[in-house]
Amino acid sequence: MAKYEEDKLVDRRGFLHCMAWVGTGAVWTMSGGVLKGLPLGATERGAMAHAAGGGLRFVQISDSHIGFDKPANTDVTATLRAAIAKIKAAPEQPAFVLHTGDLTHLSKPAEFDTLRQVLSELSLPVFYVPGEHDVIEDDGKSYLERFGKGTQGAGWHSFDQGGAHFIGLVNVVNLKAGGLGSLGKEQLEWLEKDVKRLKSSTPIVVFAHIPLWTVYPEWGWGTDDSAQALSYLKRFGSVSVLNGHIHQVMQKVEGHITFHTAMSTAFPQPAPGTAPSPGPMKVEADRLKKVLGLSRMSFQAVNHPIAITDVPLEDPAGASAD
Amino acid sequence: MTTIGEERACHRRRFLQCVAWVGTGAMWSVAASVLYGRPLTDATLGDKEAAAAGTQVVVDNFSFAPATASVAVGTTVTWTNHDDIPHNVVSTERVFKSPVLDTDETFSHTFDAAGTFKYYCSLHPRMTGQVVVR
Repeated sequence: MAKYEEDKLVDRRGFLHCMAWVGTGAVWTMSGGVLKGLPLGATERGAMAHAAGGGLRFVQISDSHIGFDKPANTDVTATLRAAIAKIKAAPEQPAFVLHTGDLTHLSKPAEFDTLRQVLSELSLPVFYVPGEHDVIEDDGKSYLERFGKGTQGAGWHSFDQGGAHFIGLVNVVNLKAGGLGSLGKEQLEWLEKDVKRLKSSTPIVVFAHIPLWTVYPEWGWGTDDSAQALSYLKRFGSVSVLNGHIHQVMQKVEGHITFHTAMSTAFPQPAPGTAPSPGPMKVEADRLKKVLGLSRMSFQAVNHPIAITDVPLEDPAGASAD
Repeated sequence: MTTIGEERACHRRRFLQCVAWVGTGAMWSVAASVLYGRPLTDATLGDKEAAAAGTQVVVDNFSFAPATASVAVGTTVTWTNHDDIPHNVVSTERVFKSPVLDTDETFSHTFDAAGTFKYYCSLHPRMTGQVVVR
């Protein structure tokens, strides 16, 4: 892409609002400021080109549910493989991958092993947090044995990459009857300490399974003590909060905080309140790959806002998005 | 979906807001929106199998039915999960705890003492119920 066109696309001072929604809502981007994306007309390839000027690029995948075999998707390993192929096919490789939980459906060792084997095809670092499906029965022992190295408590951890500070939080254990997701006192204390040493100009990326903002409490789509966690991040100029769990793209910006949920690689779930329950949603076979996908993220440079591009496995027009 | 359909769907749910914030040495703009996914009507519906009063509790659409089961001392209550998502049945006071129940799997517990036994699904804690034993 010509330099001139790139400049046009990334004109961050343009107060450009572009929110496009195609078909079943799988691809949309917004641009202007904290959340810097691309107009829909600028293709995925354009998104890659715009970020190519430098900075950090990474991918979020979520809710692989390895082991699920119900009518909503009888081959979740195949759709995870399709997501991996999508990542590999991109002209610019991400530095690493975040998996925001529900790696498996039933926390079975064989399910974890399949997940790990498929993701190993990427030859990229993968950072995980567990979903509630990963901590069934054994309080997350199978998960922690495989993915918990170097983590604290139920699997929370942080690391620095490309000038940004990444924090993986766990909000799926010790849930109370009648409540929502929960971080718990011990993890909150750890978080407060973890960010204390950081300059306020450090971009923060928080990733956790259940949304850290209240999406729809009637379906449990929120976290009881997320406000406490976010209060520790108030002083930072750029905070991105990446979640899964709800198997659909949703995004919100509140002040300096961008909240985002990613598509699942396994099956879609209904929009809040549009069905009797949040259970797996069966769509026509030719629509499935249009409502499953991943999210590409980039920071063009430190002090630049995060750019998020949600990428379905197949674009809504039916052709491959690559 | 047609273009008209897309626009309608978009407008129906669009919420846009602009906030400009000039920080230290950088100009930011904030685009805020809440998007509620996609128009859906084809949700998965569970079987509407009636539960025999007191002894059978079904899990359907992320809820226990009946939410309150009243039984006599000595009754065995059986829970059956009809969802495509696994659930469990955990006593709030840890009197009983089922293994995770995948689709159509069951769990039974016999109530040998009178009392009110509250329980929930520890995976989806909004799901609550109780067994009243007399």
